[in-house]
Amino acid sequence: MKVLVAVKRVLDYNVKARVKADKSGIELANVKMSMNPFDEIAIEEALRIKEAGKAEEVIAVSIGPSQSQETIRTALAMGADRGILIETDDEVQPLAVAKLLKHVAEKEEPGLLIVGKQAIDDDANQTGQMYSAITGWPQATFASKVEFEGDGLKVTREVDSGLESIQVAMPAVITTDLRLNEPRYAKLPNIMKAKKKPLEVIALADTGVSIETGLKTVEVNEPEEREAGIIVKSVDELVDRLRNEAKVI
Amino acid sequence: MHFGLTEEQQMIVDTVRSFVETEIYPHEDGVEKAGVVSPELGNEIKQKCIDLGFYAANFPQEVGGGGLGHLDFTLLERELGRGSMGLTHFFGRPSGILMACEGEQRERYLLPAVSGERMDALAMTEPGAGSDVRGMKCTAREQGGDWVVNGSKHFISHADVADFVIVFIATGEEETPRGPKKKITCFLVDRDTPGFAIKPGYQSVSHRGYQNCILEFDDCRLPSAQILGELHRGFDIANEWLYATRITVACMSVGRARRVLDLVLPHVAEREQFGQPIGRFQGVSFQIADMITSIDAADWLTLSAAWRLDQALPANREVASAKVYATEMLADVTDKAIQLYGGMGLMADLPLERFWRDARVERIWDGTSEIQRHIIGRELLRPLGC
Repeated sequence: MKVLVAVKRVLDYNVKARVKADKSGIELANVKMSMNPFDEIAIEEALRIKEAGKAEEVIAVSIGPSQSQETIRTALAMGADRGILIETDDEVQPLAVAKLLKHVAEKEEPGLLIVGKQAIDDDANQTGQMYSAITGWPQATFASKVEFEGDGLKVTREVDSGLESIQVAMPAVITTDLRLNEPRYAKLPNIMKAKKKPLEVIALADTGVSIETGLKTVEVNEPEEREAGIIVKSVDELVDRLRNEAKVI
Repeated sequence: MHFGLTEEQQMIVDTVRSFVETEIYPHEDGVEKAGVVSPELGNEIKQKCIDLGFYAANFPQEVGGGGLGHLDFTLLERELGRGSMGLTHFFGRPSGILMACEGEQRERYLLPAVSGERMDALAMTEPGAGSDVRGMKCTAREQGGDWVVNGSKHFISHADVADFVIVFIATGEEETPRGPKKKITCFLVDRDTPGFAIKPGYQSVSHRGYQNCILEFDDCRLPSAQILGELHRGFDIANEWLYATRITVACMSVGRARRVLDLVLPHVAEREQFGQPIGRFQGVSFQIADMITSIDAADWLTLSAAWRLDQALPANREVASAKVYATEMLADVTDKAIQLYGGMGLMADLPLERFWRDARVERIWDGTSEIQRHIIGRELLRPLGC
């Protein structure tokens, strides 16, 4: 079985995001970019599945600019076997990502697709679910535990009320929650080998997939600054301010 | 000319940075208070490093090392420099001098040092022989084919956790036009050798948890097989090692200075006095400007010196420049950082006072600033007959 893992190049989680002057997006020039942390968890899970003898090959796929090759190389250094980049400089919405992943899956025929539950840049949390909808594959979202059971998978999901277990047939799509695993460090020999592993670059146009989704980013703005709080001197003052200033009681 | 990192180098930097932040930082306060790294913790860090293939990354792959060149290894050590030295010592980097091991020495010292089975330390300094290394009094006399050693060494870093020590010992004297000169030989000395003792050293203001030790030799008998390299030619093999350790000190100073700057930037951007963030005062922002300028300068100086070693170009002066500049830069950056934090910078609740104390030794060990300047001056003036 092959396991396909989607990895996205995003603003590093340590970097404070700044909105571009023309409000067209976030400033990405000259800032550190890294693999989306949820995708690191997805790669780790795929590697553990392979190490447990349940898969033969882990393929890391990214969609984005040429620099996304670095993100794929990171996945290869962690232990993925090969990479595929669908190269485009255009903004790619979750539905388009889902369609492109479907395009790759039709060729590669993996038994599993693992994606992060969301990317820390747009926090959309849609790709896995949309992929499930357009392919008919069962989905197991927000996975905190993945176990093989019979011909399918038993997946534990973190939901508001606690933990929910579901069974899915394969091929299936899994989206990873934060607590699924702790991603490994890349080993030095794997870092040195990463460059030698195959990385196929496909131009977006050659996929024949349209990334038109009817969605367009109109404007990006900084969140409104919160006003500083105040310390009240007495309960009476608190009640007075809640009633007369905040008008909540 | 290309100043960017390769993908591999970037991944090495990212991985080591992440390792230091996750595996080293959380233990730093404990080590600072206890003044020692527990054997369990030391072994845990060591084992993780071995598993990751980063242990002895400075050694060739043929002997089981990571196979990194000087530049790649300097990038690695720069990131390690962010962490407390008592702890990062276990991110094993055995002395490169062990590559001089021959025959049976390879099995007994080189290979186990690279695999992490046995740890090394290196001893040169004596109470009466600091910068003047050849003034050493620790002496070995030949007796029936063996060498009998008497004398002592001090300031021997991490000998407390070493299984063997690489020791430089005087083995005779020769006449030179500039007077008598001691002949120095390098010996491999096992920890449990009779007549050899590793004793606790002094309480240092810098790098608590990174112990210095005193070595004592009392009629310690060493077979000739313990000689590393050639008899009387200890300095031949020491020179290359001395390049590497000076670069280590330089790049670790750069890494630590960057960590200090990481603490200073948000502080001056957020701390308000007189109704505005202090970073808006030019008196503060100019200091920040000077800090990053000197950190970058030290970084490039160090990386280019390491690059020269990889290219087998002469690098003695460049390595000396990197060592003196980076360590003096660190002193200045840590001092400025404390000034910008004000009184809070001196409190042990923040790590700044530790970085400030730790910075002090960097200008002394592995060749003082004065010795580095002497090397630089000599390299420039000697060709002019001066």
